[in-house]
Amino acid sequence: MHLTEGEKRVALEQTGNILESYSRERGNLIPILQQVQEKLGYVPLVAMEEVARHLGIPPVDVYSVATFYNQFRLIPPGKHQIKVCMGTACHMKGGNIILDCWKRRLGIDVNEVTPDREFSLERVACVGCCTMAPVTVIDEEVHGKVTPTRVDGLLFSFGVKIPKGQQKEGEAVEQQ
Amino acid sequence: MKTVTLTIDGRTVQAREGEKLLWAALENGIYIPNLCAIPGAKHPAAACRLCFVEIEGYPRPVTACTEPVVEGMVVSTRSPRVDRLVHTAFELLLSNHHLDCANCPRNRSCELQRIARERRFPLRVKRLRKLERNLQVDDSSPVVRYDPGKCVLCGRCVWVCREKGTGVLGFARRGFERKVTTFGDVPLGQSGCNGCGECVKVCPVGALTGRDSAAISI
Repeated sequence: MHLTEGEKRVALEQTGNILESYSRERGNLIPILQQVQEKLGYVPLVAMEEVARHLGIPPVDVYSVATFYNQFRLIPPGKHQIKVCMGTACHMKGGNIILDCWKRRLGIDVNEVTPDREFSLERVACVGCCTMAPVTVIDEEVHGKVTPTRVDGLLFSFGVKIPKGQQKEGEAVEQQ
Repeated sequence: MKTVTLTIDGRTVQAREGEKLLWAALENGIYIPNLCAIPGAKHPAAACRLCFVEIEGYPRPVTACTEPVVEGMVVSTRSPRVDRLVHTAFELLLSNHHLDCANCPRNRSCELQRIARERRFPLRVKRLRKLERNLQVDDSSPVVRYDPGKCVLCGRCVWVCREKGTGVLGFARRGFERKVTTFGDVPLGQSGCNGCGECVKVCPVGALTGRDSAAISI
């Protein structure tokens, strides 16, 4: 994931502002990271380095905490955020198939964003719509009883066209 | 310094007051399996769950690396309960350890092999399913070769990198994804690692090995 120079500059600026109000105690690490995420929507590596310098700890310690907790995302959110539910009911109803389908269609892995920054993909725990399993939440809208065809349909509604060849190939994999 | 007297496996041994049981036993030639224990570390991680012992008067087995010695303590390093705990912990470690002893540079000096020998555990996974993580070997550093597939997450390298190295190593992620890595998962060669090789010396298995056997003596 490559950030543009502009994004890096904004991230550094905002992180600097946030750090001013925190003392150099290690205990402030999580509140600082939360603030950064609130401001930027994600916690970039450049911000983590700044935080590490401020607290006087190795950068890898900040990375360790940021990757441990689900609440921190390390990449900028896409224009549309796709969240695939992996709760118990959705898991039983083939949530992983739907997740794989999104991965293949978007050409990205979980916790990644498409190169054009249109879509980002996440797996979430139960979203509370178990009767509609398997569920995908796009931005704030819940889509239930998702099937691989429905994934294509949803993408189509965002103006993404699935090339014929790719569709065939995808279908073949799903049948296996 | 005050010394205390305790009994381990029927042998009377002396130990410094406040010392942890694990080190008291090891210094007296009584082997207790251990991976994550670090001599001199202030707070034992007690993460590997291999150093369980049974102490008379205690309701359940305890980890020897966290238990300070007490005057008149009666300790047993073997009992059906302890053996079961240790064996299960050992099997869990092996279940996602890339077992390739014949081609491993640490063959015969590996701590897992030693535990298997001492406790007569087979070096293969029987009860559990093998979970391969399919991680890339990091060959980017001129001195250190890192194979995350063999890492047992004992944290010794992380500790020693802080103490003697540059502090580039650390844990990241959680659960099954957890691994020892560098900031931003960059290869060791680009991480600012100065190649001191201290991590290679403390790694109990073949995860961190010297690329040139002459460069770092284990």
